[in-house]
Amino acid sequence: MKFALTTRGPGRARAGYAALSAAALLLVGCPAFAADAEVMIDNFTFSPQTLTVRAGAKVTWTNRDDIPHTVASTTKAFKSPALDTDDSYSFTFTTAGSYEYFCSLHPHMTGTVVVEPAAAPGQ
Amino acid sequence: MKDLDREDDRREPAALNRRTVLECMTWAGAGVLWTMSGGVPRSLGIVGEAMAADAGSVTFMQISDSHIGFDKPANPDTMGTLSAAIAKIKALPVKPAFMIHTGDITHLSKVKEFDDANSLISHAGLDVHYVPGEHDVIDEEHKLYLERYGKGTNGDGWYSFDANGVHFVGLVNVLDLKAGGLGNLGAAQLAWLEDDLRGRSASQPVVLFAHVPLWTVYQQWGWGTDDGAKALDLVKRFGSVTVLNGHIHQVMQKVEGNVTFHTATSTSFPQPAPGSAPSPGPMKVPDDQLRKLLGITQVNFKQGQQRLAIIDTPLQG
Repeated sequence: MKFALTTRGPGRARAGYAALSAAALLLVGCPAFAADAEVMIDNFTFSPQTLTVRAGAKVTWTNRDDIPHTVASTTKAFKSPALDTDDSYSFTFTTAGSYEYFCSLHPHMTGTVVVEPAAAPGQ
Repeated sequence: MKDLDREDDRREPAALNRRTVLECMTWAGAGVLWTMSGGVPRSLGIVGEAMAADAGSVTFMQISDSHIGFDKPANPDTMGTLSAAIAKIKALPVKPAFMIHTGDITHLSKVKEFDDANSLISHAGLDVHYVPGEHDVIDEEHKLYLERYGKGTNGDGWYSFDANGVHFVGLVNVLDLKAGGLGNLGAAQLAWLEDDLRGRSASQPVVLFAHVPLWTVYQQWGWGTDDGAKALDLVKRFGSVTVLNGHIHQVMQKVEGNVTFHTATSTSFPQPAPGSAPSPGPMKVPDDQLRKLLGITQVNFKQGQQRLAIIDTPLQG
């Protein structure tokens, strides 16, 4: 298992897991591991709409609508297949930058992943 | 659509405005039909009367948003409700000339979903002219849709044909969508449309059909087409234009000059009225209400008559 701090929607927090991960990070004493993150799709909305992660983080989108959605980069950097209800798609961001994306089926649904440079080792 | 209501109210006699018609539909168990004539909606009475009144005209059918493959609580039996829609069409006393399907045939563009839809729809025994919904073009390069329905079409599947003196144009507005935008026709399709209409008599009735409404019904939910106005510009010289869409799973209409806009009900599940819910997702209604909110659309036309009469019939009255 990776040392991951997961961000989840209201009511889905895994406080114990997050605490364990935080403790593990403290034990290691070095934030060299990028924290993975999640984006939920509810009611035709990406949440959080803007997500900030470190380079190297894996972001996972999960569709909780009764209607399929996609996660498509506006620059074609990544594109998921159609996600049916409860399907997930993950993409690992290795390069810093701002990544805008949308649902290619319902283009009024938009979101952004801001990727910050990975912390230097030993910092 | 308060603005539209106001516009309708101005145009209609006080005794028979849109609200009255809708109230009639409610107390009659949605058995009342209505039609558009000269821009004024009017009730046609119950199904049998309406059919008798229009027996002399040529009709075609519109069905939409079958979503075969959808199995969530809003309708676990989309095959059953599509069958019921086809049975309604087969039972009509006057056989329609043909049928159009305004997209979202399938839910996830799967081969089996296309096969199942095709098998049910073929029972109507009618020629069917399709346009794709966004649910039909999910696979890469939308090959499954084009292989089945793209023969003889242009570009990504758009085409036109003439029937009984009316010019029909099937448009594709669910491809190459832009982030933050609405439905999209694109420059190539618009250029083709301009060419297709060139030289046609302005007295020829024109029917445009596409999945997503060509007019902006509700921007916040993406219910409109970014460059729809460009298509409408190209048909404004025609004396009679009818624009038929699906996508929003409910009847919505307006009249602007010579153009009648109409969206069809779905055969699968209802969606909420614009802005009345957190999202446009499938609307779960009590089981005994579902088939009252699904249905089919019949369009009648007569030579020389400016407007086509549009009749929506629920699966269950």
